[in-house]
Amino acid sequence: MEIDRFKPTLVYAIYIAATPEQVWQALTSAEFSRKYFFGNAVEVDLRTGGAFLVRAPDGSLHTSGEVIECEPTKKLTVTFNVNWPALIEKLGQTLVTYEIEPAGDVVRLTLTEAHDRPISDDILSGGRQGWPAILSSLKSLLETGHALDIRMAPPQRMLDALQALGITTP
Amino acid sequence: MSKPEFVYVTYIETTIEKLWQALTDGEFTERYWFGYRVASDWKVGSHYGFARQGKPSVEGKVLQCDPPRRLAYTWDPCSEDARRERTSRVTFDLEPRDRIVKLTVTHDNLDEGGKTLRDISGGWPMVMASLKSFLETGRELPADLPSCAA
Repeated sequence: MEIDRFKPTLVYAIYIAATPEQVWQALTSAEFSRKYFFGNAVEVDLRTGGAFLVRAPDGSLHTSGEVIECEPTKKLTVTFNVNWPALIEKLGQTLVTYEIEPAGDVVRLTLTEAHDRPISDDILSGGRQGWPAILSSLKSLLETGHALDIRMAPPQRMLDALQALGITTP
Repeated sequence: MSKPEFVYVTYIETTIEKLWQALTDGEFTERYWFGYRVASDWKVGSHYGFARQGKPSVEGKVLQCDPPRRLAYTWDPCSEDARRERTSRVTFDLEPRDRIVKLTVTHDNLDEGGKTLRDISGGWPMVMASLKSFLETGRELPADLPSCAA
């Protein structure tokens, strides 16, 4: 996979009073992710080429992908493809990178979403709505011991745009 | 909204009133905004300013003040480099959701490729993260984060 062809469409940085190891664990463990990722569980085989999966609360596959880069406690790049039929065919793969850097006594976590072709704002609105909520909740979990209970309406603008492209969504 | 703009969204477990106070009360901003204290009467058209240890950093005019939902002001950095750029605008939108408040900061009317755009793109995530920590845990983030806002 040529990751150089992927251009960032979303960059979100957040500072967390935690160690790089704690942030890494929160990003890569099913138990932690379930708490801050709207009940979804991340299952990742932490080696290049390993599987990256996100399971919905009912156990069904929400997202599947592959580990592209893995530097424990520093950087994780994965393909992040939500399991909707025809999504990859129509829009290509989605690349997600988490970077963890020490910033004084705290940590800066930067999430980058990237695509290998132009994607409309309507479709990108889904990630723009979701990632700040997920990462805000992750920060709360690590700093206070509990995640946020964020009630969120479905990303209607994105769902409508996907339907218009012939991509079936739940 | 005019391009380029910088939008940052965060969710904070607090009440909308506490969040409003944190944004408008100098005692609070001095804590989480890395030592920068804000002062204003928050009337539309009034002057407001941030200062650290008495030294002005950013100032401007109050454009909109609808407590506790929306606050907007112009953003004039007091440094000479930024003085040559046009005056940008900051808008805070506060939306309560059960025990959580969604806070959206929109910084627009920026010069493409300018110093202000560069500074605020790095600065807002730090200020918002420190504000969230301050309201949720009582402890702001340390002021020695590499390169600070305002």
